[in-house]
Amino acid sequence: MSTRSMLGLFQQPEPAADAMDGLKEAGFELGSFDVLTGVPYPEGAFGEYVPQHRLFRFPAFGAIIGFTLAVFLTSVTQLAYPVVTGGKPILSLFAMLIIMYEMTMLSAVIASVFGIIFESRLPNMKPGIYDPRITEGWIGVVITFDDDSRVADAEGVFNRAGAVEIKHAS
Amino acid sequence: MQQRRSLDQAYTNRKLLNGQLDTPKWWAPTVIVLGILVLIGIGVISVMINKGLGVTGLSRPVFWGLFITTFVFWVGISHAGIMISAILRLTQAEWRRPVTRAAELLTVFSLLTALVFPLIHAGRPWRIAYWIMPYDFGRGIYPNIRSPLIMDPVAIGTYLTGSTLFLYVALLPDLANLRDRTMGWRNSLYTVLALGWRGNPRQWKMQTVGGILLSALMLPIFVSVHSIVSWDFAVVPAVEGWHSTIFAPYFVIGAVHSGVSAVVTMMALMRWLWKWDDFIRPEHFDALARLLIVVATGWLGFTFLELIFALYGRDAPEIALREMQMFTWPWNMLFIIFFLTAYLIPVPMWLFKRVRTNIALMFWTSILVNIGMWLERFLIIVPGLARRTPFVYTWDSYRPSAVEWTIFIWSFAWVTFLMLLFSKFFPLVPLFEQKESQVFTDDVMIGRAKVPAILREAD
Repeated sequence: MSTRSMLGLFQQPEPAADAMDGLKEAGFELGSFDVLTGVPYPEGAFGEYVPQHRLFRFPAFGAIIGFTLAVFLTSVTQLAYPVVTGGKPILSLFAMLIIMYEMTMLSAVIASVFGIIFESRLPNMKPGIYDPRITEGWIGVVITFDDDSRVADAEGVFNRAGAVEIKHAS
Repeated sequence: MQQRRSLDQAYTNRKLLNGQLDTPKWWAPTVIVLGILVLIGIGVISVMINKGLGVTGLSRPVFWGLFITTFVFWVGISHAGIMISAILRLTQAEWRRPVTRAAELLTVFSLLTALVFPLIHAGRPWRIAYWIMPYDFGRGIYPNIRSPLIMDPVAIGTYLTGSTLFLYVALLPDLANLRDRTMGWRNSLYTVLALGWRGNPRQWKMQTVGGILLSALMLPIFVSVHSIVSWDFAVVPAVEGWHSTIFAPYFVIGAVHSGVSAVVTMMALMRWLWKWDDFIRPEHFDALARLLIVVATGWLGFTFLELIFALYGRDAPEIALREMQMFTWPWNMLFIIFFLTAYLIPVPMWLFKRVRTNIALMFWTSILVNIGMWLERFLIIVPGLARRTPFVYTWDSYRPSAVEWTIFIWSFAWVTFLMLLFSKFFPLVPLFEQKESQVFTDDVMIGRAKVPAILREAD
């Protein structure tokens, strides 16, 4: 038994949504099929399964790390070489706050970008079956399954929904 | 008149990728000319580093001149990117779509250029390493974080890193588009850069939510950067005209005025050079000009506040400085040009829709604004130092040398050169944003009028 993938290509969103509904009705597992588009359609336009994400945890975590590093940098380095300049205190809160603020924000941004990439399940250098026409406005419905006997079921769903082309990969 | 027309996605790809999939005839000669200018600039910078700052016009008491003015100018230009991209994304303004990428790009390249100026201004750039980084753990000597000259690189570094990452994340879907339309080594390059993007709902959701999240994070950074740059001056009590409590918001709003004008200049050039009339339309210039009227008038308010506070204090040195700035040759001539070009000519013109939708007029008025805004920075920085004060025994008027002017011209050639190089490999207008706009547009009949409607998802 091998893992097979099948891609149904559609020129309009409605038949692609019909294919997604058909796959659900045919008993294919949620998460085993997905829709591929060249533009962000409204959520639920294809009746697709959108898993929850945890993106907002990343900037919070990043900010804590950045702030901690900034406290260390601004206090420890100044205490390690204490030169009084302009009669100002060695640990000058106003100046420290600026550095802490910038480092906190920088770390939050970097962590957010990691979060966006991670939650998008990227990088994925073997993305599987695909068609370049998707970035020209076609819509792809991709399904992956282990059971070879279900090839005909999936093909039937795609054909009934009006797929312009069906591609196979194993 | 409705300027938007229905465009299919294949046409959008063909038109907006014309810089990457084909090479426009003007591209190579322009890049060669700019490349020569860049090389000349690098040569002059090398000579200056070799000979020392004596080849500049800087001399006691004016030690901050053209370089620092141009540094503040480019940091100001960089504010266009995040201001436009982030605010328009957060407010889901429909007209943002062709603007955001160019604005973000301008941020990254102008920041990279801005950073060069304090480096070369130091005379011995290699010593900057000692100035901004913890070094030499053996001796335990660390930079003085209480100095604004440390705050500056930290803030600009944060802004540059954040803006570059922001730009890259928003590029991912377009990199996948380029991967799908190229062959050979370029295909391999885009395959790696696109990270395996396929365009499933999870990825699109992250693109949307992530864009809003990054916008929200970048906005406070954007405000802090020019505030911190302004503190380079504002925390110096000894120089009249610098020591001001309103400098932070004054610098930020001035930066937005100059940055948004630079985006207008760039968009006009993009429309003319790549023939993107379907995507960059007069309605976009109209919207940007309306925004500029508000920003410019806010900036004018701060300019008056700055003068009023100076004069109401009746502080003799402060009044002497203002007299010098406004009534003494040659500063008065610069002041008049600054005021005319930064506000008095462009803003009244923008009040007329015929001007706002005339791309050539918008192009030239946006250039006027940036001439004025550069002069504004020059008039803030130099006269404060040049004015005669007690206990200074040498006086020399500041006249920027040919070396300084060459490096100043180099900075413009360098930013344009980087932009054109970028345009050869990456799209300057976000394709997926344009296509999304088409997907969400429909004609609605109201009575007998067919009205184009932009649909938006409820949160």
